[in-house]
Amino acid sequence: MNLNLKKDSLRNVNNHLQNIDKKSNDRSFVISNPGGNHAICAGLKDEIEVTVDGHVGYYCAGMNMNAQITINGNVGTGVAENMMSGTVHVKGNASQSAGATAHGGTLIIDGDTSSRCGISMKGIDIIVKGSVGHMSAFMAQSGNLVICGDAGDALGDSIYEANIFIKGKVKSLGADCEEKKITVKDKKILKSLLSKSGLNDKNIDDFKMYGSARKLYNFNIDNVSEY
Amino acid sequence: MCGIVGIYLKNKKLNKDLGKLLTGMMNNMATRGPDSAGFAIYSPEKKNKYKYSVCFSGISFKEIKSQIIKKIKDAKIKVIADHLIIETVLAPTKVLDIINNFKNLSLVGYGNSIEIFKQVGNPKDVVKNFNLENFSGTHAIGHTRMATESAITTDGSHPYSTGKDECLVHNGSLSNHNNLRRSLTKKGIEIRSQNDTEVAAGYISSGLLDKKSLKETLIDGLKELDGFYTFISGTKNGMAIVRDEIACKPAVVAETNDYVAIASEFQAMAHLPNVNKAKIFEPDPGLVYSWGK
Repeated sequence: MNLNLKKDSLRNVNNHLQNIDKKSNDRSFVISNPGGNHAICAGLKDEIEVTVDGHVGYYCAGMNMNAQITINGNVGTGVAENMMSGTVHVKGNASQSAGATAHGGTLIIDGDTSSRCGISMKGIDIIVKGSVGHMSAFMAQSGNLVICGDAGDALGDSIYEANIFIKGKVKSLGADCEEKKITVKDKKILKSLLSKSGLNDKNIDDFKMYGSARKLYNFNIDNVSEY
Repeated sequence: MCGIVGIYLKNKKLNKDLGKLLTGMMNNMATRGPDSAGFAIYSPEKKNKYKYSVCFSGISFKEIKSQIIKKIKDAKIKVIADHLIIETVLAPTKVLDIINNFKNLSLVGYGNSIEIFKQVGNPKDVVKNFNLENFSGTHAIGHTRMATESAITTDGSHPYSTGKDECLVHNGSLSNHNNLRRSLTKKGIEIRSQNDTEVAAGYISSGLLDKKSLKETLIDGLKELDGFYTFISGTKNGMAIVRDEIACKPAVVAETNDYVAIASEFQAMAHLPNVNKAKIFEPDPGLVYSWGK
């Protein structure tokens, strides 16, 4: 089914996608002419497939549950923010705060993301085929961030229990983020995430892993400058 | 919030459409700044002619025109809504004093190339009032304002121009503008309003007066201007964009063989010709990008 944002309002299109009859066989949708609009495909909750043909604005696919959403273009701030489950695949670049605070699901970005990718992530898996900007995985609590390119300044600042896998260079690490030894279990996770993103050609041994040094969990006067 | 937009045309064939392209960009950014709007249009400079953009109030056009012509004999005066463009061979040293002595006039900007218009109200109405669609030129910069740092008045609206053919629009806020205002005023830079952005405009004027390029001035500004910002700054030769190191304030650039467009959000440029084939990127934090001669 084709939904055209030049002909129909964003509210109508989102409303339609948010209320798909559970028994309906029509579960595949294409949105044309997104025109950089905000909140496209926000709040979807059913097992449907949506392809957005073009560039979108802020908070695309926010709060997604179950839906498989593909964006044939670039996305603005906060793509898949607070996602619970499902998959969001961005074929272009993403702006800042991609996958922010998301609890679950998979976010795949073919291009680069700007700053704060995976900020406060709470269980989502994010795979970035390009590079990420500064302060990525800031206060990340759970989940995995895979970066095939480089990372900007302060990667993993104040990170909790999320894992960061990175193939390229790290400009600088944030407070309380340190390199970790990759275990067999970690390698399995990385392999499955790369495979899920069509990156079977990547060698998992080329990746380094970063996580929390756990020194900022409790207040310590020696670390006062880091808080 | 605030919305900022800029467009620099590489293909001269598009010059006649500059106003139309900018109108779409401003309309699409009305949601980011509904309080006031303004824009600066650059057209090929006339070396010995100056254009003074002024806002008039409390007087009829006929009356103010006759009063101006008494003081500036060769003045050609064009009226667009509540703005006048006064064209004359007289240099700023003489004309700025004359304008300042009129109670009903307030200077918006001046130069050999630039024309500036700004007004309180929804951007969609403001661009209509000034017939922006009919303008042609080489490059243009626009702003839609959500007021934070100073009152909703024309004086508080962007773009700010504190030097010949200069202009600046800003999304963000500065925290050290009072100190900077004092030091720039001591240096002889005239800053008229209490607005933080005008201080940044003054900072750029000061750098250009010191014979630095716009790019060099903005690079120095990264150390001197404290706060959140995405700036788009214009001169008669081109324009530049810079974001502070934290880069909370958004910006997107779309570049084709025909133009470079900058906006707070992609939706401001979704209507531009062949934008889907453009190279689209976000300016990196703390880096100055410039286009022009």
